[in-house]
Formats: sequence, structure tokens, C-alpha cells
Amino acid sequence: MTRTVWDSSVGKKAVMAVSGLIMLMYLVVHMFGNLKIFFGSGDFNHYAHWLRTLGEPFLHYEWALWIIRVVLVVAVVAHATAAYQLSRRDIRARPSKYVHKKPRSSYATRTMRWGGIILGLFIVWHILDLTTGTAHPGGFQPGHPYQNVIDTFSTWYGDVIYIVAMLALGLHIRHGFWSAAQTLGAGSRTRDRALKTIADVLALVLTVGFISVPVGVMTGLVS
Amino acid sequence: MKLTLRVWRQKNADADGAMSTYEVDDISADMSFLEMLDTLNEELILKGEDPVAFDHDCREGICGACSLVINGDAHGPERTTTCQLHMRSFQDGDTIDVEPWRASAFPVVKDLVVDRSAFDRIIQAGGYISAPTGAAPEAHATAVPKPDADFAFEHAECIGCGACVAACPNGAAMLFTSAKINHLNVLPQGAPERETRVLDMVAQMDEEGFGGCTLAGECATACPKGIPLVSITGMNKEWLRAARKSGRR
Amino acid sequence: MTAASEYAAYTTGAPVVDSKAPEGPVNERWDTRRFEAKLVNPANRRKHTVIVVGTGLAGGSAGATLAEQGYHVVQFCYQDSPRRAHSIAAQGGINAAKNYRNDGDSVHRLFYDTVKGGDFRARESNVHRLAQISVEIIDQCVAQGVPFAREYGGLLDTRSFGGVQVSRTFYARGQTGQQLLLGAYQALSRQIAAGNIEMHPRTEMLDLIVVEGRARGIVARDLITGRIDTYYADAVVLASGGYGNVFYLSTNAMNSNATAVWRAHRRGAYFANPCFTQIHPTCIPRTGDHQSKLTLMSESLRNDGRIWVPKAQGDTRPPNEIPEDERDYYLERIYPAFGNLVPRDIASRAAKNVCDEGRGVGPGGQGVYLDFADAIGRMGRAKVEEKYGNLFDMYARITAEDPYTVPMRIYPAVHYTMGGLWVDYDLQTTIPGLFAIGEANFSDHGANRLGASALMQGLADGYFVLPSTINDYLARNPHHAEVTDEHPAVQEVLAETEDRLRLLLAVDGDRTPDSFHRELGELMWEFCGMARTETGLRKALERIPQIREEFWRRIKVPGTGEEFNQSLEKANRVVDYLELAELMCLDALHRSESCGGHFREESQTPDGEAARRDEEFSYAAAWEFTDSGAAPVLHKEDLVFEYVHPTQRSYA
Repeated sequence: MTRTVWDSSVGKKAVMAVSGLIMLMYLVVHMFGNLKIFFGSGDFNHYAHWLRTLGEPFLHYEWALWIIRVVLVVAVVAHATAAYQLSRRDIRARPSKYVHKKPRSSYATRTMRWGGIILGLFIVWHILDLTTGTAHPGGFQPGHPYQNVIDTFSTWYGDVIYIVAMLALGLHIRHGFWSAAQTLGAGSRTRDRALKTIADVLALVLTVGFISVPVGVMTGLVS
Repeated sequence: MKLTLRVWRQKNADADGAMSTYEVDDISADMSFLEMLDTLNEELILKGEDPVAFDHDCREGICGACSLVINGDAHGPERTTTCQLHMRSFQDGDTIDVEPWRASAFPVVKDLVVDRSAFDRIIQAGGYISAPTGAAPEAHATAVPKPDADFAFEHAECIGCGACVAACPNGAAMLFTSAKINHLNVLPQGAPERETRVLDMVAQMDEEGFGGCTLAGECATACPKGIPLVSITGMNKEWLRAARKSGRR
Repeated sequence: MTAASEYAAYTTGAPVVDSKAPEGPVNERWDTRRFEAKLVNPANRRKHTVIVVGTGLAGGSAGATLAEQGYHVVQFCYQDSPRRAHSIAAQGGINAAKNYRNDGDSVHRLFYDTVKGGDFRARESNVHRLAQISVEIIDQCVAQGVPFAREYGGLLDTRSFGGVQVSRTFYARGQTGQQLLLGAYQALSRQIAAGNIEMHPRTEMLDLIVVEGRARGIVARDLITGRIDTYYADAVVLASGGYGNVFYLSTNAMNSNATAVWRAHRRGAYFANPCFTQIHPTCIPRTGDHQSKLTLMSESLRNDGRIWVPKAQGDTRPPNEIPEDERDYYLERIYPAFGNLVPRDIASRAAKNVCDEGRGVGPGGQGVYLDFADAIGRMGRAKVEEKYGNLFDMYARITAEDPYTVPMRIYPAVHYTMGGLWVDYDLQTTIPGLFAIGEANFSDHGANRLGASALMQGLADGYFVLPSTINDYLARNPHHAEVTDEHPAVQEVLAETEDRLRLLLAVDGDRTPDSFHRELGELMWEFCGMARTETGLRKALERIPQIREEFWRRIKVPGTGEEFNQSLEKANRVVDYLELAELMCLDALHRSESCGGHFREESQTPDGEAARRDEEFSYAAAWEFTDSGAAPVLHKEDLVFEYVHPTQRSYA
């Protein structure tokens, strides 16, 4: 069955939908966690620590976090690989363009492809910045995420990268969520409006939620 | 009216093509687009030039032969087939670009004529119900709920013109393939081959080199028969169901 | 002596007899024939190759069924896909004597209606078989997934259709032909995938190969490369449709043509009743000289629409401003029992008559109103939309008028040809091994076809009749010597074909193929159309050889034969129209009676209805080809009516 799914353009799209939805669920949780930053460093750092002790004593320290990380890496890799392969197939299927150009025709496709690339690069930077600290401005302090976040968003490029990426995320989710529903066969004529509304709301809430953090830092609300 | 036409000319499948410019005059608003091209061709023949080749047959919007991209739109500005497009949709003095369907699965044969045999092969892969002649039970033996019959009909309306592929930024044949799958899979007569049908047709569609679906929705906008985008959703559902079931076997 | 009168001086040869129809009660003949027909051992079937030309309802269903039976089928169509054959454009429906409505229908009634509707010029045995098989067709199509219209209970819906008083027409909105054709196409596709059919799309048959008196193959041109090839078989089936395009303007597809049947005729197959053409009453009128074809509106519209013209001549007021008492609902007035539902030939002629009186409407006065105001008032717009929505949309698109508020304008147009290659009960032509099915043969509709019967006949021939009868021929002629390109008969056909195409390209004159086609069509419409006279037909017979002569002097075909060349395709088809048209006029001239679609002004009743002359003309006229432009030989097949006794049709 795995082969059937991966070898088919419809199956590969389903892999993208499922991995996308996993990442989306993670993002909702992630965004709510981020909002804790508005309650001060105690709350935020405590929450970050709790993530590591999650599931104890059944799980060992940080196991839950690693499980989540592994699942996410698998999701990201599957999503990106499928996207890459499908895009190559799409481009091969339409090698010569129309002489008479129509601007509208590939809005969704383009948004998803360029948005996806932006998000991929963002994830790399985001991990290097706030997880490993490799690309962190100033001294990275493991175990002190509150300060690390403030450091990042105190640089202009940190804010620009983050905000651009979150806008891309909003557009990606807006088409991606509805698209995933169609790919998984959950769409229907009667449900279409509801699905589109959910997609819009999800995109808006996540974008605003995530962007509120750098905005908070920039405005001095979080310091 | 007087019009300037820029038409894709390509000698054969192997030759390079380019747009050529022609002027036509005395075009009546009541003419169909193809009758306007007939007028051009009559002039070209008398001048000893090669007339523009294009596919057409019934000129009633049902055979699915006609296939022109007009000003970047498959079948032109109205939601219908090229043969049912009339010149009243254009203004005197307009410049009109006419191109063939473009997709690697639809190679150009000559000028505006493309090879759509990939569609036939998708149907051959499973777009049928195996009902050998003579083996049929009495027609009223199985009642089909009217909503199902109507659903089947709406998808069976597909004329196989390929406008969906032409309009799709990915050159995908999802709408065509899904229309047939939805038509047959909803009917009780189609149930025994429900899983193999969708798996085989989708596999053939991929094999032909069509692109995948990014749900841009251009196919449904271009479809002269109004096959909805949600038809593709239905196919996805059928495909996942079939993949699950085939995995269990 | 002019060429025309030479041609008209035909001779009468020996009568032609249908030797295959069994004796006995009409309702047992088909069973008898099927039992008497020899069978081919299933293991031997794959050694037999059958060529099928055309992939419409008849060809598609025949190809699929023969392949299912185990024969090796080699099939051809000129379209880019077998799914595009013109059967796809049939709108209204398909008749079947299911009697699901319990309204008194039966096989016998369908048989009776068809013989009567055909104005007693069809064979009883054939028609009865058609009525019997009609029932199985519906079963077959439903099993294939054809989405017929259904009632809320999930059972099949039916409607009544032109010229009958029972509701026996099964339909799929206004696209019945499309759905039935796709059913056959899908069955065909299944056999192509299974390797039982070798399909050649974009390949046009240009001639028939007859070796030692038997049909053994065809010469065909690959329309993409221009390559001319020979294909051999043990039997050849022509399912290439009708020849309505002789008229230039018709409801046929642009590329529908008569080449396959005409070339077969030239090789020895008799052509029967060529003058029996059907003029369909409900087509969209032409708008100008640019018109390339006419579009039919399903005659199901006549179930709810009312046909009228102004009472006064030259009344140019818009239809909505003409008060009720100044309108003439002429069909309801002249034929109170059937009203707007009279058979096609009667409705067409009545429209022509009122237009000839100067009461026609629209451009050039060539139209009558088909008005839905009453229907919308009675059923509501939504119901009308549900029943006829796609037809109304089509009308609005072509005319830019809204038929919900302004009455439609309609005018008759050439639609179907009842004539075709003469076939016996087995659907075999006078060339052994050559079969003709569907509209390509002449067999079942007599002088006029009833609505929704073309689909029935095409599928009956393809799914059921031919697959049973062809066995008999193949079983009785099991071992043919192999034919190769070197055979002198093949060499001759190949050379003729190549010469013809070469000549078309070489003339390099100053007129296009279309200009000749249009000229011929206008001539035929005027003199061999809805009403025919001896003077007119003689005029046409004089004119056609002149056009033909001019054609070969002035035709211009650009390009070469070794490429995709649509002008060459067209020119070659016009060559055959120019000969077939002559035979049509001769047949119309010789049949100095009126019957069905053939109306001779000299032969009418005092109230202007068609007057048949059974004592002289109760026969099918099968013509034998002698030479281009030379008088053919007439062979009469006497028609015997044992069950439905000829009466003067009356729909009053």
C-alpha cells in the first residue's frame, strides 16, 4: 500500500495533506505556547521546561519532545519531498507556456510553491536561531528561551524574517488546509464554504498569534 | 467587423511553431468562431497558402473535437465549446490570439490540432463497466436513487475535449479522470469494479505524463460542461478508499 | 441527348430478394434466423478478422460485441477518438417497447408504429426484429452505466416522442445520444485494452477491396501522415453513418461523409432508396451565407412547445405583440389529434408551406415560432428549465435570444438519411462479406424515421443483429486465401485511390472544395429537399454533371498528400457527394409518388398530404452502379405487408 500511495500523484498529494495537517496541529499548540511570553519570563520558561518533562514518569526526560521532533521531521521531509516531486511532474507536464498570458491562472500554485520554499528556509533559520543557538544574535542561553526570543526580535532582520515567514505561513495554510480537505476527500459542495471559512480563520489566528510576539518585543510590551 | 488574428502555426509534431498574423474582414457577429476561421481558410486556400488546421466536427458543442485556446482561455471567453462561441463576443478591431491546447501529454499534430489519445487510454484503463452484450439483467432489476442517477449524469456529461488540461497550470487531467470515475462509481452497476477502476485510471493518468492537482480550479472554470472542481475531491476519496482496501487484500 | 437524360435513362434489372429473412410468423422470424445461422467455434473466432468502419452507436457497439465474442476486430474512425462519432449529438431519446408506463405499449405496437411511420416502405421482418430487440437494448445500456433519467422511486423515466401516443422514449436529459455512445465507446475501450480490437483513429476509409467477389479489406488513409494503407479481413462492416452532408447544410457533423458507402456502392453494393432523406422540423434557422452547419433542437420540445406563425402575411411585429387571435397554431389546426406531435416529415412540410405563403418569421421569412409561454405558465419556469434547460441554453447561445421570454424560431433542416446500402435480413450487402449497419444501411425506417428510433436501430444492429448474423457468413466461408498488396485487385484499388488524390492536388484551380460543396448543397436543397418535382429534379440532374466537370477543372487543394491536409480530405469527400447527389435525384425522379420524407408535388391528396401509390411503388429501389455519370440499373425489392396493412397515413 505504501508503494501504491507514494507512486501515485493522488497518493503523494495525500501524504502532503496528512503531513501538512500534522504540522498544522503542531503550529496551533506552538502558537498558544508562544503567547505565554506575554505573561512574563517565569511563565514562559516554565512552559519550555514542562515541554521537556512532558509524559514523566512514564517517559524519560525530553523523550516526549524528541518524539514530537521526530514526527515533525518526518512530516517536514515527507511534505517537502512530495512537494518537490509533484512540482517537477507539474512543470514537466506543461513545458511550453501560452503566448497569450493570463495572470490569474497560477495564483494558488505559485503561492504554495514559493511560500513552501520560504517556510522551509525559515524553519532551518528558526532552529539554528532558537533551538541550537548556532545562528543566534548575541549569546544563546540554553534553558532561557524568554531571553533568547527577546534577543532575536531585537534585531531588525530577526523581525523581518519572522514576519515575512508568518505571512507566507498564513497564505500557505489558507490554501493548504482547504486543499488538504479536498485531497483527503473531505470536501463537498455543501461543506465548501465551511471549509474555506475554517481555513481563513486558522490562517488568520495563526499568523496574528505568531506575529504578536515580535510585535510585542518591538513595542516593548515584552522585554 | 475587422479583426487581427495571431494564430499558432506549426507544420507538424517535430517542427517548431510560431504565431502568424492574419487580417480578416467582413466578419458577422452571428458567425461562430470556427466559421470565422473557415472564412480565413477559404482565403488562404485561394492564395495557395496552407489553411490553418484545427479539430472540429459536430459544431454543436457535444463531440468535444474543437479545442482552441483563445486569448489565453481554453474555448475562449465564454463558458462553452469553441464551436459555440460566436463573434458577438468580440469587438471590431480586436486582436485575437489563437493557440492549441498546451500540455506534454497532448503533443501538437499540426497548427491547432493536438493528439488527445492519452484520454482514450485513461478510459481504456478502467473507465467502463464490464457488461458483455447479452448478459444484462432487466433494466428495472436495480433501482438507482434519483440523486445518484443525477450525480452520475452530471459527471457523464464530460465531452473529453481536454479544456481542463489546457487550462490547468500543471497540465493535469484530474477533472477528466474524476468525471468518469464519479459517473461510474456512484452507480450500483459500477460497484464491482469500483476500486480497480479508480486505481487503474489514476495510474494511467500519471503514466501519460499529466501533472498533479494543486486545486487551482482553472479546470472547472474552463469546463464547457460545468464539471465541478469537487469532482476531483470525490475521486481522491474513491482513490484513498481503494488504496486502503487494496492494502488489506 | 444531354448527359442528364442519359443518366435518367436507367434500366431495370432483375428484382433483388432478401433471401435471409425466414418464413413464418413475424414474431418468430428472428429466433428462427438465429437458430438457422451457423456458428463459428469460439476457438476459431480469433482467427477471423473483421474490419469495422466507424465508431458511432452501430460501429462502436458492433466492434465491442464482436471483440467480446472473440473475433479480431480492426476498427477505424476519422475522428481523433472513437468517442466523437456523430451519434453523440442525438438529443431526444431511444425508443423501447418496455411498456413500463402500462400505457398500452408492446413490441407489436412499436412494430406497427414504425412501419406506419415509415409510410409502408420498410420491411416488416426487419422492423419487427428491431421492436423485439429494443427491450434488450435498454437492459444492456443500463448495465453499462448509461445514466438514463430516473423517477424519484429510482426507476427509469420515459417520455412520449414525435408521432406516437405512448410514452416509450428513454432519455438522458437532452444528451441521450452522448450517453449511449459513451456507453458503447467504453465497451469498445475495454476491448481495445484487452487487445481484441486494433483501433485506428484519424484514419479514413477511401475504398473497399473486393477479391473474387468478396469484401476482403479496405484502403484507408492515415490523416496525420497521409500514408495510404491496405487492411485485410474476412468480413468488412460499414458503420459510417448517413449521407445528409450532400446537402452541405445539415445537422450532421462537419466531417460526416459518404465516402465509405459510396465507394462500396461503386464496387458493387446496391444503394437503396437514396432519395429518402429526413428533414427535421425543429432546427435553428440559418443566419447568413457564412453558415457552416445547422443545429438541431430536440423534437422533444414539441411535447410542450406550441408551433405558430402570424395569420397575416408579412406580419413583422415582434411575437409578443401579436395577439392570440392573430396567431395560427397551424399544426393544432390541421392535425387536431396529434397537434404539435405529428411525424417529422409532416411537421417539416407544414412549416415550409406556411413560409411559402409568406407567413414565415425571422430573417428571410424562413422560420416559425416554437412557443413555451403556455408551458411556462402551466408548469412553471423551473420545470421547463429542468426538462429543456440545456436546449434553451444552446438556443440562447447560438441566437443571442432568450427562449424563456421570446419564442424560439425554428426551421426544418436535413437531419437523417433513411436510404443507404441495400442489406438483407442479415445486414449483408450485395457484396458477400460486406455488411452495413446503422444509418449506413437502408433497412428499418422506410420513407420516414420516427423520432428516437435512430439510436434504437444503431444499437440493435451493433449489439445484437450483426454479431448474430455475421457468424453465419464467417462459418460458411471459413477459409479464405490470404490477400496481399500484390493481388491485382488490390493493386487496382490502390492505384485508383492514389490517382484520385494526386489529381485533386494537381488541378490547382481557383475554387475551394467548400465552394463546390456549398453549390451542390444549395442545388439539392432546392430541387431534392422538402418538396420535389419532375422539372426540378431534371434540372438538378442536368446541373450536377456540370458542377462535377467544373470541379475537376477548377478545384484547388493546397499542400501535399503526405501530410495532415484537411482540404484534401474535404475535396475527396466532395468527389463522392457529386456522384451520390445524382443518384439521389434520379431515385427521387423515378419514384413519382409521395411517401414519408419524399414529397413529390405531383402526388398529393386534395388537402395537400403525401399520396402514396402502393400499386406502383411498394418496393425498395436498390440501384446498381455502372459507371460515373452513367445510368445505373434499378433492382426492385417488393415489399409485402402481412401484418400492418398499408393505409394512407392520417394524423388528422
